[in-house]
Amino acid sequence: MEAATAQAALPRAVEEVRADFPILAREIAGRPLAYLDNGATAQKPAAVIEAVDSYYRNSNANVHRSMHVLAAEAEALYEGGRRKIADLVGARPGEIVFVRNVTEAINLVRFTWARENVGAGGTVLITAMEHHSNIVPWQLLCAEQGARLEYLEVDGQGRLDLSDLDARLARGVKLVALTHVSNVLGTINPVAEIAERAHAAGAHLLVDGAQAVPQMPVDVEATGADFYGFTGHKMYGPTGIGVLWGRRELLDEMPPFLGGGSMIKQVEDDHSTWAAVPAKFEAGTPAIAEAAGLGAAADFMTGLGIEAVRAHERELTAYALERVSAVPGVTVYGPADAAERGALVSFTVEGIHPHDLAELSNREGVAIRAGHHCAQPLMRRLGVPATARASFAVYNTTEEVDRLVDALETAKSIFGA
Amino acid sequence: MDPLYREYILDHYKNPRNFGDLSQPDAEFEDRNPLCGDEMGVQIKLEGDRIADLRFHGQGCAISQATASIISDELKGKTVAEVAGLDRRFIAEEIGIELSPTRLKCGLLSLKVVQGALLGTDEWPSGTPDEDPDAADVARLRNEI
Repeated sequence: MEAATAQAALPRAVEEVRADFPILAREIAGRPLAYLDNGATAQKPAAVIEAVDSYYRNSNANVHRSMHVLAAEAEALYEGGRRKIADLVGARPGEIVFVRNVTEAINLVRFTWARENVGAGGTVLITAMEHHSNIVPWQLLCAEQGARLEYLEVDGQGRLDLSDLDARLARGVKLVALTHVSNVLGTINPVAEIAERAHAAGAHLLVDGAQAVPQMPVDVEATGADFYGFTGHKMYGPTGIGVLWGRRELLDEMPPFLGGGSMIKQVEDDHSTWAAVPAKFEAGTPAIAEAAGLGAAADFMTGLGIEAVRAHERELTAYALERVSAVPGVTVYGPADAAERGALVSFTVEGIHPHDLAELSNREGVAIRAGHHCAQPLMRRLGVPATARASFAVYNTTEEVDRLVDALETAKSIFGA
Repeated sequence: MDPLYREYILDHYKNPRNFGDLSQPDAEFEDRNPLCGDEMGVQIKLEGDRIADLRFHGQGCAISQATASIISDELKGKTVAEVAGLDRRFIAEEIGIELSPTRLKCGLLSLKVVQGALLGTDEWPSGTPDEDPDAADVARLRNEI
C-alpha cells in the first residue's frame, strides 16, 4: 500500500494549496506563519469558511422540522455533510453519527454499548499511547462497572507490544480501545490485525481515528473496527463536529445516549420510543453550520486525493525526521521510518524544556506544540515530563521544516546547550 | 537580547538557588501545572511565623524553575501574612518582566506552592494589572514576539 501511495502527487503545487488557506497569509514576529501544530488542529481552507458563512447568510433554519425553503436547504446541507463524510471513509450515511468530537464519540460508546456489555469482572484493554480521551472514559466506566482496565505496552521503537495479545484477550477482554495513529509517537497501529484477533476472542474494537482520517486513506469497514471516531477540526473542517461510526447492527441495539428532541419516534406520558439510527443519537438541534463546513472539508480532501495528501506529508515527515534527528542533543520519539508513522515528529532537546523550545520557535514565526499532548501515561513511560511536537498538514513545506531546525539551533545557542 | 531568556533567567535555571531538601520541614506542598506538566515542590522551615529557610524541587521550563530560584532568597524572612499578600506583581518585579498569558502559570507555580504550604490554599496567586488584563496580555504577546 505504501509503495503505491508514494506515486500519488498533489494535483496542484503546494503554493497553490497554501493559497486556499487565508490564515497562512499571516505574519508572526515579522515572519510568514509556519504552522506546524496540525496534530492539535488544522487550518481551514476558504471553501470551509465560506460553507459555514453561506449557511448563516443564506440558509439558516432548523433541521427535521419545518416545511419552508430555508429548512429544506438546511436539511440538505446537514445530511449532505453526512453523505460526504460517509463517502470519505467508506461508510454508509446511516452509520455516521454526528457528535462534537472524538471525546464525545468515545463517551457515547461508554454510556451506551459499554454499560450493557462490560460488566463486573470484564476488562477494557487500551494502550500506553492513548490520548486522555481514550483513557479517562474507560477509567470512569471500569470504576462504575467494577471492570478492569489494562494496557498494551509500547516498545522502544514506539510500536505496540502485541506478543501476548491473544493470551490477554482470552482473559475476559470485552473491549479493545486504541488509537489508529499516535498523536505523540506518530505510530500507525495495525488496527485490522488487532481487530481480527480481538474478534476471535469475542471482544469488540473501538478505534480513535482523530489523527488518522486527516492524513491517510481510511476505510472504516476495512479497519475491522466496531466503532471508529474522528473529528472535523483536525481534517480542515470546523470545530464542534465529529463523527462516531459504528456497525449498524450495534448502533441499532444500543440504548440512546442523550434524551431529547429529534431522537424520538413517539413520546408518551411515561415513556418514549426511539427514532432510527443515526437520529437516535443526535438529540437536540445539531451542529448544522459545522456539518456544512465538514462536507466542504471532505470535498477539499477528496479534491486533492487522500493518497496524494499522505504521500506529501510522508515525504515531509521523512525530511523532518532526518533534519531534526541530526541536531546534536535531540532525541526523537517513535518509529524511525516515516512509512510507519503519521505526519508528526515529537522530540526533546537536552538541557532545554519543550516549552522553552516552543516559545523560542514562536519568536521565529514557527508554531509547534509543547507539553504532554494529553498522553501522561505515555510521557511516564518515555521518562519525560513533556515533548515538543511538529505536526504537518498538506500545506506545509520543507522550507518550514528548515525554519524549525533554525529555531532549534537558535534556542540551543541562547541556552548554551 | 531576548527579554525573557536573558542571562539572569538562564543562570538561575542552570544553577538554581535553594533547591534540594530540608530535614524536618514545618510545611511543604507540591503541585504541577496541568497544562504543561511543570512540577514544583517546596519545603519550608519556620521561626515563629517567619520563613527561616526553604528549598524548592521540581522540573520544568526555564521560567518555572528560574522563578523559584529567584524568589527563594527574597522569601526568607517574610511572614505568613506577607506571603499571603504576594501576587503576580511580585513575580514580575522579581524576574523583571511581565509574563505573557501562555507563560504566566509557569512563573506563578513556585509562589503557588509556597502559599499552598503556608496557607493551605490550592488557589493560583491573584493579582491584576491596572488595565484590562486580557487586553494587556494580548497586546504584550503581540509586541514581544
